[in-house]
Amino acid sequence: MAERNPLRRFLDRPNDDPAKAMGVAAIVAALCALVLSVSAVLLRPLQEENRLAARAGQMAAMLEAVPGIAELLENGGIETHVVDLATGRISDTDPASFDQAAAAQDPERSTALTPAQDLAAISRREDESLVWMVREGDDLRLVVLPVRGAGYQSMIHAYLALEGDLNTVAAYSVYQQGETPGLGARVAEPAFQQGWTGKQVAEDGFVMIDTTSGASGPYEVEMISGASVTSYAAVDMVHFWLGEDGFGPFLDNLREGTWR
Amino acid sequence: MKPALKQIADPLVDKNPVAVHILGICSALAVTTSMSTALTMSVALTVVLVLAAGIISAIRAHVPSQIRIIVQLTIIATLVILADQLLQAFAYEMSQRLTVFVSLIATNCIVLGRTEAYAMRNPPLPSMLDGLGNGLGYSLVLMVVAAIRELFGAGSLFGVQVLATQAEGGWFVPLRLMLLAPSAFIIIGLLVWAMRVWRPRLAEPREFALRRPGKEARP
Repeated sequence: MAERNPLRRFLDRPNDDPAKAMGVAAIVAALCALVLSVSAVLLRPLQEENRLAARAGQMAAMLEAVPGIAELLENGGIETHVVDLATGRISDTDPASFDQAAAAQDPERSTALTPAQDLAAISRREDESLVWMVREGDDLRLVVLPVRGAGYQSMIHAYLALEGDLNTVAAYSVYQQGETPGLGARVAEPAFQQGWTGKQVAEDGFVMIDTTSGASGPYEVEMISGASVTSYAAVDMVHFWLGEDGFGPFLDNLREGTWR
Repeated sequence: MKPALKQIADPLVDKNPVAVHILGICSALAVTTSMSTALTMSVALTVVLVLAAGIISAIRAHVPSQIRIIVQLTIIATLVILADQLLQAFAYEMSQRLTVFVSLIATNCIVLGRTEAYAMRNPPLPSMLDGLGNGLGYSLVLMVVAAIRELFGAGSLFGVQVLATQAEGGWFVPLRLMLLAPSAFIIIGLLVWAMRVWRPRLAEPREFALRRPGKEARP
């Protein structure tokens, strides 16, 4: 008697039948893909929450490591602002609800970059960006800028903290990257990041900071051995974000006191 | 001994996947600098191995032998990614410390070895017990190696300071070597040696005798 159920008929085929081999492969692949897609979608909010918490923790740790900032954080705290990058002034957008990653994706709220402008290889730049400031009275003590750029195989996201003179690096802290483990991934390790502390970014308005092996002088950061692409990317993105297409206008306004 | 119990107990010592079959060495080197990472890795591998063995054994009659390896790998890789996603959702810090090594369970020879050698030929329940035994055998070696490395490398166990290090005013000078990969090779090597002294039949017979030197004319 012929079996009616098509699944049973399929399973009853001999195992060396090519149709069965293809069928089993397709079914296994489809089921595995389904399981993974469902789990990825269901778990994403939790993972995102963890990532944000880790980022906030990293920001706090970075600020506390800067000398003289920890006590300011206790009484004044850190201010969060949204900056309009084109004008370099604080915009009306509410920082609490501003999602910078979404803005960078949105054609309405971002600007395409020409290859000549695009030092950080990010292809689109959001029109507004978060910045964080620590002030003592009216004196600016620290400004933290979020920077990002394409590394060797991933987007490198970092915080660049500049001291009140807007030229001395207080801290450089990578909070998200997917570079080669053991090589480029060392961009997130303290050894590389400490190489930034105390360096000068610009001279007479020109961004000078560079990376090299055997770094010396105020403008050179020690490179990661075996990861030159990542090291250059970490510096190039600072060039882009401090330049006129990045925070340049905002930093000028900060110097002039016309940033509000 | 009951057969089920024997299936779990055998891979702990006599058929230990790491110390006897020398499988899964890569991750045993990488995650054993502290006991908490080793424990997380052990649990992840054991869970993946048990589930993979169960699933593969349940469908074994319908897996054509020409494509059996890739079918097994697909199922194992799915479970590994699932484990990685769950770790990122519920144990984020730990997943950051384990970095790529959870994903590398997919390439761990123990998993594919047990599914290919055992689960493809046996019913689901014994296959899962076999997976559990091998997972525990791997875990046992990892925990022993991690205990030695963390104790002598950092003076702590599970992050709790046991020996007061000199940096904190104590007497213990941490051995830097213990935190580097070569120390795991040395410890596993000593472990293999100790096991062969304890159970001499684990040592393989010589494959060939060495020639006596001195008979040939020297060039």
